[in-house]
Amino acid sequence: MARIIVVTSGKGGVGKTTTSAAIAMGLAKRGHKTAVIDFDVGLRNLDLIMGCERRVVYDFINVINGEASLNQALIKDKNCPQLHILAASQTRDKDALSQEGVGKVLEDLSKDFKYIVCDSPAGIERGAHLAMYFADDAFVVTNPEVSSVRDSDRMLGILSSKSRRAEENKEPIKEYLLLTRYSPERVKLGEMLSVDDVQEILSLHLLGVIPESKSVLNASNSGMPVILDEKSDAGQAYADIVARYLGENKPHRFIEDKKGFFGKLFGGK
Amino acid sequence: MSLLDYFKISKTSSASLAKERLQILVAHERVSHDQPSYLPQLQKELLDVIQKYVNVDENAISVSFEQDEHQETLELNITLPDQHKTF
Repeated sequence: MARIIVVTSGKGGVGKTTTSAAIAMGLAKRGHKTAVIDFDVGLRNLDLIMGCERRVVYDFINVINGEASLNQALIKDKNCPQLHILAASQTRDKDALSQEGVGKVLEDLSKDFKYIVCDSPAGIERGAHLAMYFADDAFVVTNPEVSSVRDSDRMLGILSSKSRRAEENKEPIKEYLLLTRYSPERVKLGEMLSVDDVQEILSLHLLGVIPESKSVLNASNSGMPVILDEKSDAGQAYADIVARYLGENKPHRFIEDKKGFFGKLFGGK
Repeated sequence: MSLLDYFKISKTSSASLAKERLQILVAHERVSHDQPSYLPQLQKELLDVIQKYVNVDENAISVSFEQDEHQETLELNITLPDQHKTF
């Protein structure tokens, strides 16, 4: 049986697709057969972040409607054979995504894959509901910013009430906090909510902090998940997150302000 | 401590303002999202019934809903006007 992970946030533009791409690639690179699915019907973008936009022939809706088989629609990643991508449809008909259809596709994928990463669209509409409905784990992507934190809290409420696990009275979805676009310098100046602040408000288990980083835009420009940029801080932060998710004990990095000029000259490491 | 640090702590940081606002908002929203959706309608209809017998204004009635692991409690509070005490 596969473990189904939903990457969600409520608010748009906080880094869900970047995170989905990075996490899926990270799991696959560690040898776990992983599928990543774009649930954003009408606004497909995961293919672009994964760099496979020109290889999309069939999409998620085609599979649900029986117009293509899963094998025809799954795109094998060019960097990692363990990773497969299922693109969202560009159709404007949002009702094309049915709960039954999504359930069937996930069930079929579960036979063959170890992890299934569901990249949720923003908002709380149908696509977002279906992305989380079948999940075992939820990665709640949050920016240290008021509207993002509020929306994340709203999503937590929905996760705990409107999922298959909730409806079947099973063990609830495991929720994890991923704090993205974090700037330790601004936190130090009192201009940005700290990790502790956000954790205190949301009372969530922190899986990791992704620092605000130029490497994220560079990665999306070139269609390479940022985790492949092993030298970058964001890439390393995502690698840590994957390790922690798999049960490894990794101390948190990228939370403290980098030492200033004099700190570098005179201080420790 | 440098002069800059002095200025930094002398005014409330925007981050602490954000935290305070969020804590209040989130606490409020968690309560209201857990409430059944029929609550406002229930409150209105109860008020209509009560107004048939007693002259109360619309602020005289408050309905609150609480939920813990074991039970859900609906608390209804009606404030009657003073003159009724004399009957």
